[in-house]
Amino acid sequence: MNYLDTVVQGVLLGGLYALFAAGLSLVFGIMRLVNLAHGDLIVLAAYLLLITASVLGLSPFVAAAAVAPLMFGIGWLLQRHVLGRTLGADILPPLLVTFGLSIALQNALLQGFSADSRRLNSGALATASIDLGPVSVGVLPLLTFASAIVVIIALNQLFYRTELGRAFRATSDDADTARLMGIQPQRIFSGATAIAMLVVTIAALYLGTRANFDPSIGPARLIYAFEAVIIGGLGSLWGTLAGGITIGLAQTIGAAINPEWQILSGHIAFLLVLLLKPRGLFPRAFD
Amino acid sequence: MITRRELLKNAAATSVGLGAGLLGAPAIATGAKIKLGYVSPQSGPLAAFSEADDYILKTFAESEAGRHFEVAVKDSQSNPNRAAAVARELIVEDDIDLMLVASTPETTNPVATACESEEIPCISTVAPWQPYFIGQQGNPRDPDSWTPFDYSYHFFWGLEDVIAVFTAMWGRLDTNKQVGGLFPNDGDGNAWGDPEAGFPPVLSELGYALTDTGRYQNLTDDFSAQINTFKRNRVEIVTGVPIPPDFTTFWTQSKQQGFTPKAASIGKAILFPQAVEALGDTGHNLSSEVWWSPSHPFTSSLTGQRAGEVAAGYTRATGKQWTQPIGFVHALFEMAADVMGRVEDSGDADAVAAAIAATELDSAVGRIAFDGAGLPPFAASNVAKTPLVGGQWRRRDGGGYDLIIVDNSAAPEIPAAGSMQAIT
Repeated sequence: MNYLDTVVQGVLLGGLYALFAAGLSLVFGIMRLVNLAHGDLIVLAAYLLLITASVLGLSPFVAAAAVAPLMFGIGWLLQRHVLGRTLGADILPPLLVTFGLSIALQNALLQGFSADSRRLNSGALATASIDLGPVSVGVLPLLTFASAIVVIIALNQLFYRTELGRAFRATSDDADTARLMGIQPQRIFSGATAIAMLVVTIAALYLGTRANFDPSIGPARLIYAFEAVIIGGLGSLWGTLAGGITIGLAQTIGAAINPEWQILSGHIAFLLVLLLKPRGLFPRAFD
Repeated sequence: MITRRELLKNAAATSVGLGAGLLGAPAIATGAKIKLGYVSPQSGPLAAFSEADDYILKTFAESEAGRHFEVAVKDSQSNPNRAAAVARELIVEDDIDLMLVASTPETTNPVATACESEEIPCISTVAPWQPYFIGQQGNPRDPDSWTPFDYSYHFFWGLEDVIAVFTAMWGRLDTNKQVGGLFPNDGDGNAWGDPEAGFPPVLSELGYALTDTGRYQNLTDDFSAQINTFKRNRVEIVTGVPIPPDFTTFWTQSKQQGFTPKAASIGKAILFPQAVEALGDTGHNLSSEVWWSPSHPFTSSLTGQRAGEVAAGYTRATGKQWTQPIGFVHALFEMAADVMGRVEDSGDADAVAAAIAATELDSAVGRIAFDGAGLPPFAASNVAKTPLVGGQWRRRDGGGYDLIIVDNSAAPEIPAAGSMQAIT
């Protein structure tokens, strides 16, 4: 067993899961909204990237620059007109609405793009790798991990260094008091979802270049994202990265022992964290 | 000399009821519409199998025989429970005379089981016969308890054919006979990797050594454990039945980590051209089993079109490249027309079932006859086997891939268009 390779691949895989989770973590942290359509929104963004890249003949990385503002707008409108109406003391309506949204999105994508398995074409980059002596590391997984770090740093800067971030934190802690201070929670929420959709676009870029996607693949992505958020702790973005890496590592180590245990190991790691630290590894908010 | 069957066929085709005075008019010629039920996975993960449905249903409706039929179409949503529910709807509410069902055991089995219990004749296809036949038995582990069906019939090939085709393709290359298996924990993966009925016993008989890393879960995001094991055991041939995203992940990671086997013979994942295109340039010379192609030398009994014309018609109608299920779904409707041309009362389930069992049809996918050829005795009365060959995906100059038949040792009547090449 190549221990070093197992660990390196696990950490890199964790980067992908952290990217899936970052947008979810943001929305969950600020408005306690569990977006069950998060995985399907990633797939939607992947299809938008696919169209943009193939119609304009661009690399998917360039296409992401065009799709990101579009997803930002979609996020804003989605929060303003759909999700915003469901927020309240009752936690059930947002769950039901996002669950319905998930099914509607899958079927709309199936209608629009058929069930064909598609992939974003990143050319030679897809199989390129860097030889680091004992391990050979793919360029694309490395880029994925680097992007996850950059996304987390950027979101943290936004959270702790800007006025918008202060409003985010204030609304997250106590929306009613924040409103007394002149903050409009509705606008804050819309902004948060819109920013989450930017992250979703980046996640879609790496989901689509790493392997195939089809309209029905979203929910399977949601599980890892959700687990990473819970492992990391509510509202902690670095925690989400740690959560992603925990699942990634658990999976590759489990697989190195026996590939039959790969997916299961990730879930067991999640359950262990829940058992030992029910609030996650690095909880920020207490409520 | 006119045989009884030819006479009936002619009567059916021309609807003149020539044989009416002698034998009674076949159901197809009586004027009343015969009701067919058709279940397929039109949405969900298996929907790619059903993309040609609309085209084939239209072809059928416009054909001479198709005018006598009314087809009620239902979507299984790629869900076995849903498939069983819509099958019952078709039987109870639509009062169908004959059920047709296609694509994967997840669709064929629940529908065939429903038909068997409701005593409605059922013809199915596009699922290897083992998961179809054994999967419907009360105790799949005990061959002595297996019983044939009275109303369910199936035409396709079996695992033994895939194994024969794959090993024949590998035999054309110079390898060290080290095989790596990529078998997921699903119906197909467990059947392919089964230590008694799957790949392992045949491979060891033929002198191949199999590295089986175990049943992984579908939608796995990392295959470095498998790749490391394959590298350590100097594997030069990879086989398996992964789903498309998993094979892309595996193949891309293999390239990243410098693992390039000489042959990769893969079921399921590279069935559709779009999935091969998703691999970019790395799909060149991947191999898989070929059940149907435009170069198969068969002719439709429904429209008189050759296989190539059926495929070309699909491409004209949809702008898409041909796929293998097209021929088989087409043949399913050929079966319906042929069978109903040989019974007097389409509502007489026993007569229809007897007519299916007596089928000897030269269809767009080859000869279909329930004569037990190439089958163990327990499945002989319900299953008809169609020929299987091996092919490789070759990159086209202008982008895209073509499936080229490179091994026809199991079915020499199907022409090979190239020779097996090693992956480089």
